[in-house]
Amino acid sequence: MPGSIPEFDITSTLIPARVERGSGRRIGSPRILRTDAGRIGVVLTFVLFATALLAGWIAPAHPFASVAPPLRPPTLGHPMGTDDLGRDVFSGVVYGARTSLFLALIVSLLSGSIGVAVGSIAAWQGRGTDDALMRITEFVQVVPRFFLAVVVVALFGPGLDRVILLLGLTSWPWIARVVRAEVLSLKQREFIEAARSLGAGPVRVLLREVLPNALPPALVVLSLSAASVILIEAGLSFLGLGDPDVVSLGYLANNAQRFLRVAWWMAAFPGAAIALTVLGLNLLGDGLNDALNPRGGR
Amino acid sequence: MPPRYLLRRLAQVLPTVAGLLVLNFCIIHLAPGDPVIALGGEHGDAAYYAFLRTRFGLDRPLPEQLLTYAANVLRGDLGTSFVHGRSVAHVIAERIPATLLLVFSALALSSAIGVGLGVLAARHRRRPTDTAVNVAALLAYATPPFWLGQIALLVLTVGTGLFPVQGMTDAREQRAGLVHLLDVLHHLALPAFVLAVSELALTTRLVRTGLLEAFDSDYVRAARAKGLPETSVVRHALRNVMLPVITVIGSRAGMFLSGAVLVEVVFAWPGLGRLLLSSLLSRDYPVLLGMFLGISLAVVLANLITDLAYARLDPRIRYH
Repeated sequence: MPGSIPEFDITSTLIPARVERGSGRRIGSPRILRTDAGRIGVVLTFVLFATALLAGWIAPAHPFASVAPPLRPPTLGHPMGTDDLGRDVFSGVVYGARTSLFLALIVSLLSGSIGVAVGSIAAWQGRGTDDALMRITEFVQVVPRFFLAVVVVALFGPGLDRVILLLGLTSWPWIARVVRAEVLSLKQREFIEAARSLGAGPVRVLLREVLPNALPPALVVLSLSAASVILIEAGLSFLGLGDPDVVSLGYLANNAQRFLRVAWWMAAFPGAAIALTVLGLNLLGDGLNDALNPRGGR
Repeated sequence: MPPRYLLRRLAQVLPTVAGLLVLNFCIIHLAPGDPVIALGGEHGDAAYYAFLRTRFGLDRPLPEQLLTYAANVLRGDLGTSFVHGRSVAHVIAERIPATLLLVFSALALSSAIGVGLGVLAARHRRRPTDTAVNVAALLAYATPPFWLGQIALLVLTVGTGLFPVQGMTDAREQRAGLVHLLDVLHHLALPAFVLAVSELALTTRLVRTGLLEAFDSDYVRAARAKGLPETSVVRHALRNVMLPVITVIGSRAGMFLSGAVLVEVVFAWPGLGRLLLSSLLSRDYPVLLGMFLGISLAVVLANLITDLAYARLDPRIRYH
C-alpha cells in the first residue's frame, strides 16, 4: 500500500526470538514452552486467569468492604495494606485483575472477529473491496483510542460496557492487517488450488482451508493488543473515568494518587499488578510467535 | 522527494480529517440528552443555549448541521468554554507549549538513551549486558506511565528530595532569566524521563534487532573488511536502522500523547493533561471535544511527517 505507514511487527522487534537449538528432543512439550519468554508468559497469564476465576476464594474480603483501620501499611492479615476507607488493597488487586482480564477477553473477542472478517474479506475479494476496507482500516488506526474513550465516557457517563464496546470497535485494524497479509499469501498456495479444483465453493475454501491457517498469526497480535487494552483501561480509570461499581486496577491507582505521601502501598501494588499482567500477555505473544514461526531466530 | 508524492500524500489526509469531523459530530449527537449540552457545557443558561441552537443550526436537518459544524471547526471556532469564559481554541492553545516541551524532551531522551542501549545490547549479543538490557526493556514497556510517575515521585521526591514535587516552576518565588530556565528544567527532568521510558524500551529493541540484522549484511562485512573501526561500522549501520525506528515512533503518536496526558496529571504539569482533567471534573464538554479533535489532527500530522521523513531518508523509496 503506497503512502501508508509500513507494517510494524511489534513482536519481532520488541522481543528477541530465541529458539533453543536441539529442542527436538522434547517433542512432547508444547512449542510455546521452549523459550524463556514463552514459559514466563504462560505462567504469568495462567496466574492471571487463576486469580480471576478464583477471586472469591483468594481475596480475603469484598473489595468495597471496610474491614480494617484506614491507611495501614502491609501486615500479614492485609499483605498489601489498607486504603483510605479501610478496604483491603490485596482484595482490590485480585478483583481488579479479574476486571482487567474480563475486559481484555471481551475486547479481544470483538476486535478479533471484526479484524479477521475485514482482513480476510479484503484479501479474498481484492481490488475495490480491498482498497475500501483498507482505507477504513487506516482511518480507524489513526483515531486516538484513549482520547476517544475519554470523550465518550465523559459525555455518555462511565460504564465498563461502553469502554469494552469502544475499544472492541477501534482495536481491530492491527489484526485485520495481519490476517489480510496472511490470506493474501495463502490464496496462491497449492492446497487452496487443490480444494478449489475439487469443487469447493469460495466460502467453504475461505472458512475451512484459509482461515485456520491465517489465525495463528492473528492470535499473536491479539495477545499484544489485549495488553494495550488493559493499559488503556487503566489510564481511563486513573483519570477517574472508570466504572464506579467495578473495582479495576486503574481505579486503585487513581485513588492512591491523593495519598502518595502517606500510603505508598496503595500505589505500588495495583501498578505492579498492571505491569505484570501486561508483561505476561506481551511474553505470551512472543512465545506464540516463536512457536508458530520458528525461523525467526534473531 | 518528488512533489507528486507530497501532493498525493496531502490529498490522502483530507478524507481522514473529514472522517474525524464526522466522528466528532456523531459523538455530539449520539450523546444522551440535548446536543446543545455537548456543545455548550452544563453551565449555560437558556439564552446561551438558544444562541448556540441558531449558530449550529440545531433546528435544521442533520446534513446541514454537519456542514455548519464542519465550517465552524475549519474556521478555528471550537465553541466557547463556559468554565473559562473564553473560546475553546484559546484555552487549548495556551496549554500546548507546556505539553510540547514535555513531549519533545521525552522524545529526545528516549531516542538518545534508546539508541545507546540498543547499540550496547547489539554489540554484546547474547552476553549478560544484552540480557539485562532486554529484560529492562520488557519491564519498561509493560509499565503504565502513570504508575512509573507515582513510584518516581515516591522514591526520588518524597524519599530523597532530589527533585521538586510537582508543577512547572517553584511556586514560592518568582524567578527570571537563567535561574527561571534552570528551575523549569529541574521540574521537567522527572516527568520527561518517566514519559520517555516506554518509548525508550521500544527504540532500544528496534535498534538492537536492526543492528543485529545489519551486522549480518554484506555492506557491514565490506566495511569491516576495509578495516574501519567498529564505531564507524556501527554509525554506518545505524543510518539504515533508524528508518524503522522513525516509523514506529511516528505511528505511536496517539499512544505517546495519551502517556503524556497521564504523566502530566501525576506531576501536575500545566499542559493539556491538566486541562483534560479539570475539564472532566467541571464537565466542560466543548473543551473535551476540542481536545479530542486537536489531538486526532496532531496524530494525523505526525503520521504525515513520518511518511514524508521516511520518503526523504530512504532513497530506495520512490512512491509513484
